[in-house]
Amino acid sequence: MKRKRTEPYTRLTQPMVRDGGQLRPASWEEALDRAAEGFRRNVGAHGPDAFGMLSCARATNEMNYVAQKFARVVIGTNNVDSCNRTCHAPSVAGLAAAFDSGGGTSSYEEVENTDVIVMWGSNAREAHPIFFQHVLKGVHNGAKLFVVDPRRTVSAAWGDRWLPLRVGTDIPLASAVAREIIHSGLANRAFIEKATERYEAFAAAVEPWTLEAAEKETGVPVDLIRELAHAYATADRAQLVWTLGITEHHVGTENVMALINLALLTGHVGRYGSGLSPMRGQNNVQGGGDMGAIPNRLPGFQDIKSADVRQKFEQAWGVSIRPEYGLTLTQMCEAMDNGQLKTIYAIGENPMQSEPDTIHMFKRLSNLDHFVVQDIFLTKTAQLADVVLPAAASWCETDGTFVNSERRVQRVRKAIEPPQGARDDIDIMCEIARRLDRDWNYQSSEQVWDEVRSLAPVLAGISYPRLEELGGIQWPCYTEDTLEPPYLHSRLWEDDPDKRGRLAPFQVTPHRPPADELSADFPIRLTTGRRLDSYNTGVQSGGFASPLRYSECIDVSPEDAVELGVEEEELVRISSRRASIVAPIRIDTGLRAGLAFMSYHDPDLVDTNALTIEATCPIAGTAEYKATAICVEKLTLDERAEHQAAFDVGIVLTANAR
Amino acid sequence: MTAVQLGLPTRLVDITVDGETVRVPEGSTILDACTAEGKSIPTLCYGDTLTPVNACRVCMVEVEGSRTLVPSCSRKVESGMVIRTDSERATHSRKLVLELLGSSVDLSTTPKIAGWIAEYGAKPERFGEPAQPASEGELDARRAGHHHSTDGSFAATMHQPPKIDNDLYVRDLGKCILCYKCVDACGTQWQNSFAIAVAGRGFDARISTEFSVPLTDSACVYCGNCVEVCPTGALTPKLEHDLRAEGRLDESKQTQTTTICSYCGVGCSLTLHVQDNQIFKVTSPHDSSVTHGNLCIKGRFGFQHVQNFAPNDQAKSPAD
Repeated sequence: MKRKRTEPYTRLTQPMVRDGGQLRPASWEEALDRAAEGFRRNVGAHGPDAFGMLSCARATNEMNYVAQKFARVVIGTNNVDSCNRTCHAPSVAGLAAAFDSGGGTSSYEEVENTDVIVMWGSNAREAHPIFFQHVLKGVHNGAKLFVVDPRRTVSAAWGDRWLPLRVGTDIPLASAVAREIIHSGLANRAFIEKATERYEAFAAAVEPWTLEAAEKETGVPVDLIRELAHAYATADRAQLVWTLGITEHHVGTENVMALINLALLTGHVGRYGSGLSPMRGQNNVQGGGDMGAIPNRLPGFQDIKSADVRQKFEQAWGVSIRPEYGLTLTQMCEAMDNGQLKTIYAIGENPMQSEPDTIHMFKRLSNLDHFVVQDIFLTKTAQLADVVLPAAASWCETDGTFVNSERRVQRVRKAIEPPQGARDDIDIMCEIARRLDRDWNYQSSEQVWDEVRSLAPVLAGISYPRLEELGGIQWPCYTEDTLEPPYLHSRLWEDDPDKRGRLAPFQVTPHRPPADELSADFPIRLTTGRRLDSYNTGVQSGGFASPLRYSECIDVSPEDAVELGVEEEELVRISSRRASIVAPIRIDTGLRAGLAFMSYHDPDLVDTNALTIEATCPIAGTAEYKATAICVEKLTLDERAEHQAAFDVGIVLTANAR
Repeated sequence: MTAVQLGLPTRLVDITVDGETVRVPEGSTILDACTAEGKSIPTLCYGDTLTPVNACRVCMVEVEGSRTLVPSCSRKVESGMVIRTDSERATHSRKLVLELLGSSVDLSTTPKIAGWIAEYGAKPERFGEPAQPASEGELDARRAGHHHSTDGSFAATMHQPPKIDNDLYVRDLGKCILCYKCVDACGTQWQNSFAIAVAGRGFDARISTEFSVPLTDSACVYCGNCVEVCPTGALTPKLEHDLRAEGRLDESKQTQTTTICSYCGVGCSLTLHVQDNQIFKVTSPHDSSVTHGNLCIKGRFGFQHVQNFAPNDQAKSPAD
């Protein structure tokens, strides 16, 4: 595959406003006035729920706190969400349903000191490389590694066993593992009786999933399923790690619950070395949720439906807080379709390229009455905005904190000055708030953080001076002179029922195959994911010259390449029920016949998400990026020549709607 | 309950360092013990995140009862051990090691080395004028037996042109002292990519990709964890290399600030090395429980997006 260089995005240094359909440069005063006026007009005419805030999972906790406060206090709506919805919302929902807390239960260090590691739908070697170093320490220390993935990824190459399941058959596989554990007498009866509930219903539900039935549905040989079941159940310590291979399905939350069931069945939670670890996709997507930049929780992951919680925030903020959940990003999309959502304030998000079904998203965003985008680049999303506000890059041009996948709060420090013309996110929000009659002023990120700590008990003990001293502190941390264990939910092992608290429920998770069904017209299953040197929509990672990078392409199996009569680098047409795009072929021996893979890192050239389906998980709202039915067609010579010319100069090819 | 893992209690043992009795934890190395006592022992191949490899021999000390000098970076203390860090034998050995290295390798970017050379009175030049640098690829092409002894009129060297085969980091093997730290960082100790190893024998030994292919054709994944541990500047980020080559690298104008990576959710600590408001290098704190000093390609090299400006917009960079 050819190495690829693309023109990088360049920093935004001047505000822009739309006049006569065109974006033109504007002064900060004009842009801020215009942003505020549009919010005021729409909220005045249609009420606060006509407003939606897309907060930024890339920015600091402090910025996310102020963003959700902006929605709840300045506007008066709970419509605040972020791209957490497109990745790990099912993990948060599943973990919260079981344990009342949406965080991963273990620390990285524990995976080095465990006996069995199961990586399910995670290619951490490429997507979370430094976490995978901890996994490899575990492997070198003698842990047995099982990798469950449709592709033989570079992570799977390190596995003792690779379980090659068909895309979207995670529940049958997990159910068969559970049934095998139960039937072999390996379930942890003592833990089940002490710490869980609804076991009987769960055991009855997995009963049909014999090893043979699971092999038929998942494609994973009986022996491999049995081996995983026995190794996991008999291990003294075991870690279950997952990523978007589990969550980006229309059964995402049920997939997560199916994995949690395995931990409950064997007692692999709440102990050092045993736990459940969703590896989060963005630098601060954990923190964004912790800060309440989600529609159902206030800062500190406190339920908005609790009157006591609301009262505390109402006192602190001097406003009344609506007692009902706001709209998720997914629901905001629906509300844009039916005209209820009129105005959006998007900070550091690129939904135009990160959401499924691009063409549909374009129509929605274009139909908004007032669209404000605050970003460091003029992204494809920003190009649709009515007001564009140039921001500082959170991770190196501002002070604050992020929270990582092991719930560790760490300090972000300003290392360079933002470019002239760009301003700090929090300053910009305060400017708009002041124009909307809220006299907001924050002097420092520490001032914001101390406000967060005063309202969020799980973060109360994490002060800036203490972060300076300790380098990073995991939540929960209730007081400034204590630290909690590195793993969560040890309470489940307590003998005293009061200390044990709410029992963790098993969940019945029925199998529902992928929404985008394979057919004679669309016979190939497309799944998507990250490559090592690139990241999401590529606006950041496209900025450096990676020697590893090649043109965005479609990976197919050697068998399919023969069947289609195509060669490496040959341009082909890839069609789903929604759109049709052109990309070069890359042959990957890690794929089996009928399975294709694409990343989404260069959507300006190859718009992978034009193909994906907007079938969403009804609980968490995450779309099924991982399972698209496609067909791949050879191009005629004329078509190839035409598209090749476009590819060679890197021209933006737009997807054709079907 | 506390989050601090206390572990098993550690015994303290008494040892003698340069005539003074000190009490140190059992299991410490001589280097740990001496450092804790405020003694400064030079090290090159020692790495705080790596298993000692005992390659460079500059940290040798004298231990009573030991026939040979011992490497302080790996030798554990024992009760009653009598150690001399500054005996004539130890300092003479250090001087010779510095002379051999200095005569064959470009140490101009090795931190602290000039001070040690002065301190121990090392005279690398006594081996004669350095030989002409090898041409590009000449040393890589050597096979066993190709190397012939010189006539003694000049000093054999590793000098050769730097290898610049990608945009992220430069391999200047004329500065390589064969300490193996890069090989260990790339191998089982951290990265597990196995892109580099020692090839050749004797004076022709060098760090090489398989069959000396360019990095771009090798197993390298550009994590730069080799760059992180290199003690001599043989491995240098390209931006730092370019600044130095242009004579613009100026330590007095530099800052180092530790923040958190902006890519995935692992949360790696990044130390940004900045000059004139431009990030030119990224390292990671070796005591970070998340990274132990290691990063991936995005964390170490993926910062350029914040300092890319439109051609007509360069003036907006606060650097200018």
